Amino acid sequence: MRQPGLLSLLMDRGRFGAHDLGLTTGGPLDFVAFDWANRLLGNDRNATCIEIGFGGLQLEAETATSVAITGATAPCTLDGKAIEQWRSYDLAPGDRLEIGFATAGTRAYLAVAGGFRVEPMFGSTATVMREKIGGLAGDKLQDGDLLPCSDGPVGSHQRLDEAGRPVYGDSARLRVVPGYQYHAFGHLQRWRFFNSAYRVTDRCDRMGFRLEGENVASEIVGMLSEGICLGAIQVPADGQPIVLMHDRQTIGGYPKIGSVIPQDLAALAQLGPGASVSFEAIDLSAAHTIHLLQQAAFRRTQLSPC
Amino acid sequence: MRIETAGQNAFIVYFADQTSALVAAQIQAAVTRIRTTMAEMIVDLVPSYASLLVIFDIDRSDHFAVRGAIAAALKDLASSESSEGRLVTLPVYYAEESGPDLGRIAERAGIGIDEVIALHQQQEYRVYAIGFAPGFAYLGEVDERIAAPRLETPRQKVPRGAVAIADRQTAVYPAVSPGGWNLIGLCPTRMFDPDAEPSMPVGVGDRIRFEAIDRARFLDLGGEL
Repeated sequence: MRQPGLLSLLMDRGRFGAHDLGLTTGGPLDFVAFDWANRLLGNDRNATCIEIGFGGLQLEAETATSVAITGATAPCTLDGKAIEQWRSYDLAPGDRLEIGFATAGTRAYLAVAGGFRVEPMFGSTATVMREKIGGLAGDKLQDGDLLPCSDGPVGSHQRLDEAGRPVYGDSARLRVVPGYQYHAFGHLQRWRFFNSAYRVTDRCDRMGFRLEGENVASEIVGMLSEGICLGAIQVPADGQPIVLMHDRQTIGGYPKIGSVIPQDLAALAQLGPGASVSFEAIDLSAAHTIHLLQQAAFRRTQLSPC
Repeated sequence: MRIETAGQNAFIVYFADQTSALVAAQIQAAVTRIRTTMAEMIVDLVPSYASLLVIFDIDRSDHFAVRGAIAAALKDLASSESSEGRLVTLPVYYAEESGPDLGRIAERAGIGIDEVIALHQQQEYRVYAIGFAPGFAYLGEVDERIAAPRLETPRQKVPRGAVAIADRQTAVYPAVSPGGWNLIGLCPTRMFDPDAEPSMPVGVGDRIRFEAIDRARFLDLGGEL
C-alpha cells in the first residue's frame, strides 16, 4: 500500500452468525459491484476485496497477480497508463496501480485473483472499525500495509459489457418492505413518507445514511430496544429517517417504518450528499422476487473475453 | 406472541409489551427451539427485551417457509420450558475510586454508599440483550432505589470493566468507550475478548450475580485502576 486513500477497507461479504456477541455484519455497502469484482477474476463469491471509499488509492504489486476494479467510476492507471474498470488485468511485480477520486458513485471495489489472504475473525474478514474487528487489526488500510495474495495471475482477461454495468446517478428509488412499527405510523405519515423526496445528507457512513426532508412521526413514545436488520429505516423523534447500513448496531430503540431491500441499499450506498431518494412500499413476495431475479440475471450475464 | 415482517430476509417475533424475567426466559427457550429446528435456514438471531429478530438465508429458504417454521417452532412454547440460564458470578471492586457516581446515587436515594453497593449485589440479574458494542450485555433489573437516569452529558471515556447503572438496567462496559451510564465499580473479568473461547462469559438469558471484592483482589485478578 503506497497511499491508502480516504477509507479503504478489506471486506468479504460480511460476518454472519455473530450477532449474539453484539457484532454487526459489516460487508460491502454495494454488494452488486463487489460480486462483479470477484466474478471478473473467477473468485469465490466471498473472496476478500478492498472497498475503496471515495478513492485516492495507490498500490504496488510485490507479486504477479490479477486485479479487477468495479463500482464507483474513478480514473484508474496501471504504471501510469489509463485502464478500464469492470475488466481484469494482470499485474507483474513492481507494477503500480492507482485509483483516483470517484467522479460518479462513492464506493469502488478492487479484487485480486483468489482474494486477499487475511485471517478471518468470527468467520469473516470484513473490517468494522467501530468494533476493531476484521481486516488488518480491525482498522482501515494504512500507508505501507502489506496485503497478502498468492494465487498468481489469472491469464485470460474478461470484461463486463457496459449494458450490464450499473449506472451511478444522483437519485434512487428505494423499495421498502413495510415492517416493524409500520402500523404505528398513521395514514398521513405513511403517505408523506412514500410520496416525498428526501435528500442524502453529509452525515452518512457505514452505520447509517441520514436523510433530510418531510418530517414523519410515529405514535410511539418509548419502546424497548430490539434487533435491527439490514436496511431498517429508523425514524427518531426529529422525524428525519435514517437508513441503517452494514455496520449498524445490532439492537436499537427507535421506531422503524420498514426496511429497504438490499438491492436498493447498494444503489443508495453509491449516492453522495445532496442526492435525492424516494421510497416505494413493496410486499415481501415482491422483495423475494426481486432477489431471485437479480441473482438469475447475475448468473445469466456472460462476461466477454478481452 | 406476534410474528411481524422486519425486512426482506428477517422476521421479528414479539413476545410481550414489557420485559420481565419470565419473558426473557421464554425468549431464550424460543432461541433454543429455533436453533434446533431451523438451523439450515437461519443466519442470525437477535434476542432482546421482549422480542427476537430472526434473520434467515434467502438463498436457502423463502419467507413463506420461514414464517411457517417459526410459528411451528414456537407453538405451545410453555413458560415452564423456559430455560433457567447459567448463573455467572462477576467480581466487582466497588469504591469511590472505581465508581465515581456511587456518591451521587447514594445521595439521590437518601442512603449510604454501602447500602448502594449491597443493593446492587443482592439482585440476581438476567441478560436481556447484547448489543450497542461487542460484549455489551444489558442486565435487569436494578433495585428501584438505586435506579438512576443516564448522565446529562455522557463521559468521553468510560474505562473497560466499568460497572454501570442506567434506569433499572446495569452493565459492564466491555471496552473503553464513551458512555452516559452511572459508574459504581470496576469488574476485572473481560466481557469481550476476541481471542478467547468463548469470547464472552455470558449470553442472553443467563443469570448474573455481582460479588464485591477488595482493591487487592481486584488487582490480583488483573484489574487496572
